[in-house]
Amino acid sequence: MTGLSTHDFWAVAPEIYVATLACVILVIDLYVRSVRPCAAAYPLTIATLVSAGFLCLDGLFEPTETVLNGLVVRDSVSAILKSGTCFGTAAVLFYARDYAAARGLWRGEYLVLTLFGVVGMMAMIGAAHLLTLYVGIELLALCLYGMIAMERDSVRAAEAAMKYFILGALASGVLLYGMSLLYGLTGSLSLQAVSGATGTLEVNSLPLMLAISMLVVGLLFKLGAVPFHMWVPDVYDGSATSTTLYLSAVPKLAAFAILLRLLSTGLGEWIAIWQDMLLVAALGSIALGNVVAIAQSNIKRMLAYSTISNMGFLLLGFFAGTHAGYSAAMVYAVIYMVTTVAAFGVILALSRSGFESSDLNDFKGLNRRNPWLALLMLIVMFSLAGIPPTAGFFAKLMVLQAAVDAGFVAVVVASVILAVIGAFYYLRIVKLMYFDEVEEGVLTVSAHGYRRSMRWVLTVNAIGLIAVTPWIGNVMDLIGRSLMGFGLS
Amino acid sequence: MIPLSHYLIVGALLFAISVVGIFLNRKNLVIILMAIELLLLAANMNFVAFSHYLGNLSGQVFVFFVLTVAAAEAAIGLAILIVLFRTRGSINVQDLDRLKG
Repeated sequence: MTGLSTHDFWAVAPEIYVATLACVILVIDLYVRSVRPCAAAYPLTIATLVSAGFLCLDGLFEPTETVLNGLVVRDSVSAILKSGTCFGTAAVLFYARDYAAARGLWRGEYLVLTLFGVVGMMAMIGAAHLLTLYVGIELLALCLYGMIAMERDSVRAAEAAMKYFILGALASGVLLYGMSLLYGLTGSLSLQAVSGATGTLEVNSLPLMLAISMLVVGLLFKLGAVPFHMWVPDVYDGSATSTTLYLSAVPKLAAFAILLRLLSTGLGEWIAIWQDMLLVAALGSIALGNVVAIAQSNIKRMLAYSTISNMGFLLLGFFAGTHAGYSAAMVYAVIYMVTTVAAFGVILALSRSGFESSDLNDFKGLNRRNPWLALLMLIVMFSLAGIPPTAGFFAKLMVLQAAVDAGFVAVVVASVILAVIGAFYYLRIVKLMYFDEVEEGVLTVSAHGYRRSMRWVLTVNAIGLIAVTPWIGNVMDLIGRSLMGFGLS
Repeated sequence: MIPLSHYLIVGALLFAISVVGIFLNRKNLVIILMAIELLLLAANMNFVAFSHYLGNLSGQVFVFFVLTVAAAEAAIGLAILIVLFRTRGSINVQDLDRLKG
């Protein structure tokens, strides 16, 4: 044990910055009274997130170091993911504003909970120790439970919050139990020391397998992968769309990070134990997500199953344990986040007060009513389905390429077939928007009520999914370089 | 001296009781909240036992953090329970059936 220096605190400056400003914003919101809700808190929150996003990028590609007595690691991966988390959350709040304000959710507490959730995600991303990992996971989860339950008059939101709470707590309990067994086996809570204990333990020992199984089960629960996916559709459906946007998009970066930290840094030498579990979960998620989504009539539920299948693809990149696989999974996570934010952004732009725009029929004839939003939704759906030249195509391509290189050809063939089945329900939305007439009697809103600034950001967000294509190689190189040192080869 | 395995068996039993409590309980949500607390305590039991037998304090420090998180979790769980009761007038597990598909 050594003392802490200023350098240690500089390394976690973004976390301290966001946490401090979250407290400040909470107090400011209490004292600033205005006609519009969050008149001071909202710009402050966005400014905090954007500046924290740039602050995280400071020190990109500096050598990896572990600070705060081995609790936090500071490397290029964490710089990229933390800054992505901050910028992503800023976009989420920007889209969510009008929707949440119309439903009375737009209060200072909502923003503060979002900010504390960001701190939790940053702790998860930088975790070098099981304690940081656990506290980060819980901080994010507790904020999310609170944000869902804030819609107090909604029966559905209360039910969604309760279901999420019970299953989330069960998952953390299982994860924690696995951590305790791992601690007993290796004698340390630091991930570096855990991987250093490799030689002293037999791979086939039952306690070790039990510990790793419980850790993997806990992680899959948090990720929403099959067979632990039951909570995903209910929570997505029951929450207010602004909250669904937050919890579906941004935490996936942190989820990728904890998989990387725990499985690669901590348990990388025991890949033989967790590889098969991830393989089954990946294939199961892709199969269930793509097939069940066809039967959905609610777009939030449909996107929930889409998330499940996308998490399957993320795991597909992950389970091979190679450097190429990890970089593919990280590219996938980043592109998935951007795409999901845009998808929910369109849904939020179409919603009014008293009108949710969550039924698939609400998209009928959108091209007549608002051609520009229809075009943006088309791009987003193409990207989710993995149709070139969108970013989603390259993400899927990289993941599958990595799995083929690792020698899992049969798995890749199966997941490609399932992805083609999945393209049906993405393209159905395109068909509804462009080729179907608006039904008589259905509430038709002219869809011009959203802010002009939102239109611009949404445009940049969705068009970016295509515009990034010429530079997609640079993105992949950047992420591949940041993951140097992870993976088997 | 009580051997380590005794503590681990108690921990495993607590864990099993709480998981069974979450899955078999069809009546009352409060019982599920109790089972969740028990789940965290089962892990704490393991941490303390290992920490003592390994002569390593970090496990006990971890327990303090888990206890803090457990307190926050109980507070949020009860708050959600109250929201649920206000909107629906029941905390029966079987009434949680609005979200389906």
